[in-house]
Amino acid sequence: MKRFLAMLHARNLEFVRDRAALVWALMFPALMIIGCAMIFSNGNQRILSAGYLGTHQHTAQAFFPALPDGSMEWLAYSDPTLAINRIRYHQLDILLDPENQRYWVNPESSRGRIAEQLLHATGPLTLQRQAIAGRAVRYVDWALPGILGMNMMFASLFGVGYVVVRYRMNGVLKRLRATPTNAFEFLASQILSRLTVIIAASAIIFIGCNWALDFLMLGSYLDLLVVGMLGGMAMISLGLVISSRTDSEEFAGGMLNLCTWPMMFLSEVWFSLDNAPAYVRAFAETLPLTHLVAGARRIMLEGATLTDISHHVIALIITTVVLMTLASLLFRWQRD
Amino acid sequence: MTPILDIRQLCKRYGSHTAVDGISFSIPPGICFGLLGPNGAGKTTTIEMIEGMTRPSSGEILYKGAAPSRHFREECGIQFQHTALMDYLNVREVLALFARLYQKTVPLDQLITQCQLEDFLEQRATRISGGQRQRLLLALALVNDPAIVFLDEPTTGLDPQSRRQFWTLIRRIREAGKTVILTTHYMDEAEQLCDDLVIMDHGRIIDQGSPQALLKKHFQHVRVCIHRHDFNITPAQLGEPVIETATDIEILSVSIDRTIDTLRQHDVPLSTLRVRNPTLDDLFLKLTGHSLQEGDSA
Repeated sequence: MKRFLAMLHARNLEFVRDRAALVWALMFPALMIIGCAMIFSNGNQRILSAGYLGTHQHTAQAFFPALPDGSMEWLAYSDPTLAINRIRYHQLDILLDPENQRYWVNPESSRGRIAEQLLHATGPLTLQRQAIAGRAVRYVDWALPGILGMNMMFASLFGVGYVVVRYRMNGVLKRLRATPTNAFEFLASQILSRLTVIIAASAIIFIGCNWALDFLMLGSYLDLLVVGMLGGMAMISLGLVISSRTDSEEFAGGMLNLCTWPMMFLSEVWFSLDNAPAYVRAFAETLPLTHLVAGARRIMLEGATLTDISHHVIALIITTVVLMTLASLLFRWQRD
Repeated sequence: MTPILDIRQLCKRYGSHTAVDGISFSIPPGICFGLLGPNGAGKTTTIEMIEGMTRPSSGEILYKGAAPSRHFREECGIQFQHTALMDYLNVREVLALFARLYQKTVPLDQLITQCQLEDFLEQRATRISGGQRQRLLLALALVNDPAIVFLDEPTTGLDPQSRRQFWTLIRRIREAGKTVILTTHYMDEAEQLCDDLVIMDHGRIIDQGSPQALLKKHFQHVRVCIHRHDFNITPAQLGEPVIETATDIEILSVSIDRTIDTLRQHDVPLSTLRVRNPTLDDLFLKLTGHSLQEGDSA
């Protein structure tokens, strides 16, 4: 324990004194969030969006005969709860269920009211109105978990991966190996140090941006912290696997980019994969960032509990255990 | 007395290349033991196998009569040839970090004084001079009050003053009763510091003993050197073997008096005459046909 704490303290000192890295770790995500809030603050940028339950878009579209093609975005939903939540948080303007002769709308949403008026414009309706209440989810509310998750991903993968590879290249690992320190103590100190840093940085960014932008937060902060820590652990474990053997920073950089770019685009950081092909969504489910972002987003925007998002929690735990085991099996102190 | 280290038929092969080829030697406790040889001789591979940093291909290493246990790391201090330290930590913090990695440690103030670190304690460990860095690395090797200290070419790259300062530190470590294992390609360093040594070349031991005993065994003469331009006779007239260097004629003399008498008889000017004892470099040249420095550049 003494050795573990000594290395943890040393690593933390290194991070705090690396001013450039510290400022970047805090400034980059904050700027991204504020940038998102400014760019997407104008709600008139998208066309109206309508969802429908079932598989026949033309049946739902028939309720808007006067609308020209392309003037409304149509989204299919198989899960009514998910679709209704989209209405609740103003992410969807109207939802139709032609089979059961119902539609849902949020009267607090101006776009929802417009969509409803268009629906009534064709004459008397056979559909039964279902009003759903809920505060609007701005794009920045939706994007925040993704941006924070993405920042955690970069901080975890590069923060651990590059440091371990550099230590191996310049002989720091070899020098540590010459002491009674074992691999477990070294790896554990790296994990905890980096986890502390990313959670602290994310908390600072969250609090700071929340003060400026007043995010929607319906769930428990403790649940959010748990998901953040599990996601961070999974991502750090991935960084340790990548850095477990190589002594080339170039190779490690390539591998880290290979892991981060798919996650950045397929883990719903910037956009939803609701309408993506099934195989893309299946692949996204294998990525730890997907579970981190989806779990955090449901806690924040839907007030979900850890039980509600248990499949994300379990996925992150399994990912961490598998990758950590792999990293400890592959780890070597020095080049041959 | 049980040797502190007993090395038996140690081999290290990398593919078809044999870096260390079946070497054996024993090291009694409390001495400074040297591994002398040019770069590529197998010194670092040998010392790293003994340290437990490199796995031998075959052979046996016994520490105090038994295979080294996990506790060996607590009892040994290691200074590698090439080591970087953590970024952003100062010298005092690096010392404190390494001290906390061991169960038993010496007081840091004592270590700081012993290794003369007082003047740069608050400087970043990555921003100190070469001599200061080597003293810090030595302090790290001593932080756990080890019974045995491994020093791999500790003075390579240091200026003459720093080297001599470092030699003093090594002598004090040995005087404190610790066993020092030193690799070097500096013959003067080996002569100055080592009680016993092995001379290595191409992964093999080519001779072993104390520097004095080795020189006595292989050289029964001293070298009388005269500038080439003053040496106006033939070796046959002299009656003793000579070696021609770029600037001098070196006479391998069994009796200095007799050699000087002979030179006087032939009116050889003696103004450039120097007498030089054979060195370990001469011994290495004699044993291998090339010098330590040639080996370095190879």
